[in-house]
This record gives sequence, structure tokens and C-alpha cells, in this order.
Amino acid sequence: MNALPSPAAAGNPAGAGRLALQALMVAGLALLAALPWLGADDYLIAVGINILQYGVLATAWALFSGPTRYVSLATVAFFGIGAYTAAVVGETLPWPAVLAVALGISVVLALVVGLATLRLSGVHFVIFTFGLAELVHQLVNWYEVNVTRTLGRYLFVDITQVQIYWQLLALLVGVLATGWAIRRSRLGLALQVIGDDEVVARHVGIDTTRAKLLLFAISAGFIGLAGAVMAPRWTYIDPAIAFNPVISFQVLIMALLGGANRLFGPLLGVLPVAILFELLSGSFPNHFMILLGLVFMAIVYFIPNGLFGLLQRRRHRAGKEGSK
Amino acid sequence: MSAPLLKVAGLTKAFGGLVAVDKLSFEVAPGEVIGLVGPNGSGKTTAMNLISGALRADRGSIRLGEAELVGLRPDRIVRHGVARTFQLVRVLGSLSCADNVAAGLAFHPGGAFGAGARERIHALLARVGLGGREELPAGELTYIDQKRLELARALALSPRLLLLDEWLAGLNPTELREGIALIRSLRDEGLTMILVEHVMEAVHALCNRCVVMNAGVLLADGPTAEVLRNPEVVRAYLGEDVETDDLPPPRLPTGEAATQLNLGAGGQHA
Repeated sequence: MNALPSPAAAGNPAGAGRLALQALMVAGLALLAALPWLGADDYLIAVGINILQYGVLATAWALFSGPTRYVSLATVAFFGIGAYTAAVVGETLPWPAVLAVALGISVVLALVVGLATLRLSGVHFVIFTFGLAELVHQLVNWYEVNVTRTLGRYLFVDITQVQIYWQLLALLVGVLATGWAIRRSRLGLALQVIGDDEVVARHVGIDTTRAKLLLFAISAGFIGLAGAVMAPRWTYIDPAIAFNPVISFQVLIMALLGGANRLFGPLLGVLPVAILFELLSGSFPNHFMILLGLVFMAIVYFIPNGLFGLLQRRRHRAGKEGSK
Repeated sequence: MSAPLLKVAGLTKAFGGLVAVDKLSFEVAPGEVIGLVGPNGSGKTTAMNLISGALRADRGSIRLGEAELVGLRPDRIVRHGVARTFQLVRVLGSLSCADNVAAGLAFHPGGAFGAGARERIHALLARVGLGGREELPAGELTYIDQKRLELARALALSPRLLLLDEWLAGLNPTELREGIALIRSLRDEGLTMILVEHVMEAVHALCNRCVVMNAGVLLADGPTAEVLRNPEVVRAYLGEDVETDDLPPPRLPTGEAATQLNLGAGGQHA
């Protein structure tokens, strides 16, 4: 929170370190933007799409879940809705309109669900969001089987892999910019207070339901957009692909690994985990889920506060030893 | 008494079969500081929770000026001008002291945020004796300093009515003296307060009127010295028949309990 931005930020080691890290992130984004011009082949673009997709999802997830500490497993519900919306209207509407419809449906779904669920907290909220994702999955399944008499849709639109890559990169910049702005706003402070103590939040005048609902919807909007952008890449979409619950867990573990309460934290977690998943799924396709489970447990056990927390603790310890 | 700022009438709250607050009625005039006292479990904190909106009343009315507070959410009640501290101190441990106060300033009419709040944050922290600790995480403060910070956060809400729930409990004699002086300075500025307190020294020093509760019901309401010598009040506290003429020496407990139940000290401090 930056209710009191420190004018001396650049003058102290922590502030300088933060600036250096942010500069590194900006340089990384610039490099990613230039990748197609640097002769990157299809494989590299495919890996880039995968990383950017999870970058957007994890950062958008952490927009809401980071400060409030409400662990949502509904990521795939919004992601799947976005993807399915693109599959349904992708060939009839211009692409910007497809994205707008996906955004609108995700936001409306988040508002409706949020009104019902954001009064819950702790494990109840986690279970409810997991149940929600499965409910949406099964509803779409039921609709496709019983109403449209088909399970699975083809989406043929004139969008190249590089264009998908560019859209995801733009989305990543958008979600980071939104997160940056929120952290400097009253809403950002409200969410920090809610995450620390919701009772206190109510007693300092915060309409906690409204604040949580607003950010839940913003987060869901970005996640839905990511789903829509990704849809043309698959060409064939069915509910099992679009609403695969593993996506929710992957996003969660990436954000936690990096540090969910930091703007760039989730990105820090995306890179190693996405690459690890790529290697594991390629080398051990039959044992991928087992290895995934082990990786999840190891991260939660050994790095509970994320890489950002780990770096901070080391720096804090080094600072203490230096002052002795 | 001038037109009351707070008027509580027939306030009732039950938890299952236990009636924690039973038809409680009292008034607080603008600028008045009243003590809400009574033995443990008498319903004082429940009454505070009802006024601040943490709990919803089953029956009765709570009017702050012209506004009816029963049925409003806590964040709405804050906007009407009610601020509180908690019996078990609740600071935002992962936020800095400055951000704790910023949270009190940011979300009510007449508040401030960002650079515009900076001076008020410094002033409020200095007022409660936490000047220079702006960037310290609140979780690293000592217990007493956390209480100070909680008070600064409550004052940041620019309240018309401040509810202090055992804010002076657990302080050593020096801290108690400083705490009493701080609350007295707020009283001198005209801030209306309700103090839930067991520290009778503070009640005598700060409150010219006391409302006494026992088992959820109003037991007495009147001038502090008079009320605290009321035989029924003494009986409620000590749980036995007491001749008030015998007080203070023979019946008073010793040690910490004596500090908390300094029933005979009214004349010296009132």
C-alpha cells in the first residue's frame, strides 16, 4: 500500500532494490514484446504464449486473492467462459466484439457469484469457488449435450499464433497497469485492510462486500479475456479442455510461489513453474499429474511465503548481520 | 441535560437462550464521557457491539442525533460518526503504523487519502505518543503501543462518539496515568465518549456519569461517585451483601483486583 509513498524510496537499499527489480521486469516485458522480430521460431512463440497466458492468469488471480487472502479456485470458471464465448460467437462477430462479449459475460458472472459468495471466508470460500468452477463446467456440458446436441466446437478465425502472443502480452501489460493503479488507490488500501482484518475494515468505514465484489469482477474480466484470446489457439474446444480444474491449481501455485501480495510476484512464479510443467508434460506424459502434485506440495512446504518473501527475508537477515 | 447525542432505548440482544442485553436504555449528552461498568459477563461489550453495528439488535433503538443506527452495517455507522476500539486490540499487523491510521482516514466523509493525509497521519500518531514510528509494521509494536495505534485509527475517523472498550486495561501505573491524561485531553476538546472500564481509577477520573449493567440489565445510572457506592452495584461486583459505610477497607480485594475495583476512591478523583 502506498498511502504514504516514501520520498526516500530511491535513497534506501530496499527502495533501490525494488526499483531495480521493476526495471528488470520492464526490460523483460520489452524483450518479450520484441521476440517475434528476433527470429523466434514457432516453438519459442508457443512457449511464450504458454508463459504469457499463465502470467495474465496468475497476476489477475492475485489482483483479488493477493491482498484479500481469499483463495479462489474459480479461475477456470472465468477462463472457460471466455474461451467458450469465443468458440460460440468467434465466427460471427468481429474479434474485438468477441473479446468485449467474453469480458462482459465474465464480469457479470463474477458479480452474480460474488454477491453470493463473498460473504463467505476462509475454507468455505475456497470450496465454494471450486464448486462454482465445476458447476459452470457441468452446466455448459449439459447445455451442449441436451440443447445444441454437440459436445465440442471448432473455432476457425484468421488469428495467427504471433497475434495471440501479442494479445496476451497486451493483456499482461493491462493487468499489471491495473494492479499498479489499484495498489495506489483507496480500493487498494481497502483490500489490504480487508486481508488483514475484515472486522476492522468494516469499522473504519469500508463497504467490504462492495470492495471485494469490484475487484473480484475486475480479476474475472482479465481471466475471461485470457480465455477468449487463447481459444483460437486450440481450434477445437470442449468443456473438458476449457474448464480443466488443473488450470485453477496451476495458477494458484504459480502466484503463491512468486508472492501473491506483490504486483510482480505472480510473474516471478510463472516462469519456473511454466517451464517445469512444459518439461514434465513432455518427458513424463503419463506421470505428469503425480509429479505436479509433488511440485505443489514442495512449493507450499518449502516456500510458503513465495520467492518474494524468501528474497525479502534473506535481505532482512543480511541487513541485520551487516548492522552487527 | 441538553438534547442527547446518543439515545439507547429498550435495546435487547439474545444469544440462544441467553439474553446478553435486556431492555437497556440510557442517554449520552454531547461532550459527555460516561463509564459503562459492570462485572464480567454483564453485557457491556455486547452493548458496545450493538452500538457500533458489530452485532444487530433483536429489539430496541439506538439513535445518534437524528439517525437510527439499529439495522445499519458498521461501515454505515462509522459514516454517522461512531468510532471504536476493541477489547482485544485489533491493529492491522502487516501494515505500517502510518497505513493503520491512513485506513481510518480514507473511508469516511471528510477523510483524506494519499499525500493529503500525510500531515494528519503524523499529527494523530504524535498525539497518541507514536511519533516517528510511521513506517514500523504495526505487528511489531508492544501491546500498549498497539492500543495507542488503535486509538489513533479511531480518532482518524473524526468521530462524534468514541467507544473505548477497556482501552486502559493492562497498563502499568505510569502508562495508566498517561492514558488517562490522553483521554482527558480528548474530553476537554468536547469529544463524547463511552468507556467500558474495569479500572475504577480511570472511571472516577474521567467519567462524571456511570451506567452500570449486571446480567444484561441496567442496574444504575447516575453520577459516578454516587452510583459506585450504590449497595446494589457493590453487591453485583463483589457478589455478596456489603454495607457501603464499611467501604473501602474491610471488603476490598487486594492486588490487581483492588486496582480494578477501587470503589471507595470516588471522592478523591471525581
